[in-house]
Amino acid sequence: MDRTYPPKGFVMLDQLSLLSFASGGWGQALLAGALVTVSLALACLPIGLPLGLVVALAARSRKRLPRAWATTFSTVFRGLPELLTLLIIYYGCQIAAQKILAAMGYQGEFLINTFLAAMIAFSLVFAAFSSEIWLAAFKTLPKGQLEACSALGLSKRTGFFKVLLPQLTRIALPGLSNNWLSLLKDTSLVSTISLVDLMRQTNLAVSVTKEPMFFYGVACLGYLLFAAVSGRVFAFIERRSNRHLQGARA
Amino acid sequence: MSFEQLLALVLDPDLLDRYGPRFLDGLLVTAKLVAISFSLGAVLGLLLALARMSRSLLLQRMAAGYVYFFRGSPLLAQLFLLYYGLGSLKGFWQDVGLWWFFREAWFCTLLAFTLNTAAYQAEIFRGSLMAVAPGQHEAARALNLKRSTTFFKVILPQSLLVAIGPLGNELILMIKASAIASLVTIYDLMGVTKLAFSRSFDFQIYLWAAVLYLLIVELVRRLLKHLEARLGRHLN
Repeated sequence: MDRTYPPKGFVMLDQLSLLSFASGGWGQALLAGALVTVSLALACLPIGLPLGLVVALAARSRKRLPRAWATTFSTVFRGLPELLTLLIIYYGCQIAAQKILAAMGYQGEFLINTFLAAMIAFSLVFAAFSSEIWLAAFKTLPKGQLEACSALGLSKRTGFFKVLLPQLTRIALPGLSNNWLSLLKDTSLVSTISLVDLMRQTNLAVSVTKEPMFFYGVACLGYLLFAAVSGRVFAFIERRSNRHLQGARA
Repeated sequence: MSFEQLLALVLDPDLLDRYGPRFLDGLLVTAKLVAISFSLGAVLGLLLALARMSRSLLLQRMAAGYVYFFRGSPLLAQLFLLYYGLGSLKGFWQDVGLWWFFREAWFCTLLAFTLNTAAYQAEIFRGSLMAVAPGQHEAARALNLKRSTTFFKVILPQSLLVAIGPLGNELILMIKASAIASLVTIYDLMGVTKLAFSRSFDFQIYLWAAVLYLLIVELVRRLLKHLEARLGRHLN
């Protein structure tokens, strides 16, 4: 994309009409991009959250192998730049898929779905960061909880899911909300592997209209809006999961 | 498969010969980028933290708005906003005599990274300044120390001790985020990697970059841990 020269008209209303939903406006395209951004971030949660918990459990395991595995996983995916992780997963999966297909006798171009690649990459990153949050939450949990479970004769499974996990979740929520916000911002990187998210749509709009200042400003505001809405949602969930404490304090 | 063949899969000598020196250059660019923007960001961040804690409501609001904007939107969008957005106002910058600055991707990237990290560091400094016990302020006043002396000799050293952990995390995040610079034609470590990959189509290039980034991050983490232990040695 070339850098553009000064826009001719500097009237704000002129620019606002660029956002209209009618033909010639970019409103619909940007909204579609925003939808991709949000759905990509949401799609990372079903894999990222449980995987993070599993990594945290592995890091606390008494056996050496799971511990080493967990440390490696979280060091690698927390240490790599998200952009590099994304490119490695994207090209890596592509090359691997091509090799496998070639071995099976299929010759020809194979393109991996960018959404899928991005989803895998960001899920891994999210899992690595959230595993640290889960670990910290485990440390605040009193040992007595576990002992009480076995004293009551609860199975390990029930003890974990019904006693430990609800308490862990409550403690981990603020940290997870931070991770969610950085995930939301990191998704802007997928525009580099040409998945048409909010950032990519903005790039397209800029290359057509030559109004970079306006459109990138709008994109920033879009991400700010997502952050603000997520903040509200997390505040609600946190209030709800702490509701048993409020009565005690009052 | 012999050892040489295995080695060629992850560290091809020909490829290393051709792109090794470039990787070193890229490493240097990344280091410069992070070092300059992080230190400038620290100064700006400290000022912002002071503004947020000042008595003037206007200063407070402005600093809070700044921090909210730069922490709430992606660095990529901010970089594009500065590089393409401000860069498009060529006539204006020529009139002001700042075109040499906004013409260069390097300066725009430095500016974007500085502004971004300043917002994060402002929050770190604010938290650490508030962590200093109020008795320290009162004691300094009782001793009739000047306000500047109180700040630089009493408050700041104590708060830095609290801040160094989070600042280290921010430094590591900056090192990782600096990979974004490659998207505006800067040949940092990531930029060199992409260039080498686009020419050779050899996947091992990405693995080299991954190892290099991991090494840097791990090295910085160890150094910071050491530094933190040394600065806090009077506490143990």
